[in-house]
Amino acid sequence: MGLALPVAPSYQASKEEYLSTKLSYVLDLLREKTVNWSRKNSLWPMPFATACCGIELMATGASRYDIARFGAEVMRFTPRQCDLLICAGRVAIKMMPVLQRIYMQMSEPKWVISMGGGVFDTYAVVQGIDQYLPVDVYVPGCPPRPETLIEGVMAIQRLVEKEGVKSSKERGRGMGLVVQPTIQVQVEAPAVN
Amino acid sequence: MNPTANAAVDGLASAFPDIDFAPRPLMPREDKPREQLCVSVPAGRLLDVMRFLRTDERCRFEQLCDLTCIDYLNFPKARDRYGVIYSLLSISKGHRLWVKCLVNDPSPEVPSVVSIWKGANWLEREVWDMFGVRFAGHPDLRRILTWEAFEAHPLRKDYPLRGRGEREDFERITRESA
Repeated sequence: MGLALPVAPSYQASKEEYLSTKLSYVLDLLREKTVNWSRKNSLWPMPFATACCGIELMATGASRYDIARFGAEVMRFTPRQCDLLICAGRVAIKMMPVLQRIYMQMSEPKWVISMGGGVFDTYAVVQGIDQYLPVDVYVPGCPPRPETLIEGVMAIQRLVEKEGVKSSKERGRGMGLVVQPTIQVQVEAPAVN
Repeated sequence: MNPTANAAVDGLASAFPDIDFAPRPLMPREDKPREQLCVSVPAGRLLDVMRFLRTDERCRFEQLCDLTCIDYLNFPKARDRYGVIYSLLSISKGHRLWVKCLVNDPSPEVPSVVSIWKGANWLEREVWDMFGVRFAGHPDLRRILTWEAFEAHPLRKDYPLRGRGEREDFERITRESA
């Protein structure tokens, strides 16, 4: 005879046991929510800035737009410490293996924002990094305004809050969310004379 | 106002009587016919001429400001395909000269001037990469802007802007592989 399978207890749970189970359930729930809540509010971006989108990314990090309001101000230049890859700008083909290596070096859980790009349709430029990397959120514009990038970061935050930390397989080839560009407010120019 | 390179061009013509330099201004103007002179040199004599321009007392072109190339495909009234352009500056004399060397398909080739101006190294690599003009005697003629496996020369006029499908064959990374 082989190993005996563990037999499920078939007794009526006492009041103490029931309470402890309920308590652990609540604690689990709390832990999950808390972890996701804290994770969403402390995204560490990896700034992969290759073009003018990088300037907008810097503006987003600066005091006027202040990405620190969303807890994502800690830009680290080593992928080992980051969980959000912001690919700001078009990627030249020679740069693509570098970007891929950076993505591979980031530890799970990780998310990717593809920001801007798209008008440079020449032999030297990759047409969309989502052909080669799983992208979660697209931030359109050339370059996108800081508000649009913040909207993209908030989309990532909603993902983190809702989905939590799913394994890579469960998330597949990226979420493919597209952030709407911010509507520019028309300001009337003051009269000169 | 920079001094013109008249003395240098005259010295060049007297030192190489067999070459027709055809000195002409880059931008022809009636009132200044000898300003910003450009001379053309055949590829076979380029190294001799360049060494003369670098060392002769009347020339003294110590600096190679730029080295670039033009593809004259479908250019009106053009007889040759490629023009390799050398932009020279004499710091001691204060004059400038442009040297043009015309080469043709197949296998366009000019002698390398790295032995005269070391700064020509990367510039010649760029011209080789972008136009496919070989530089004979270059110490390290590899591609400089595009990657190793790239085969075409993209600044040639007959190369399509969107390439010939080189950018589509890269490794794809999915979440499973990461």
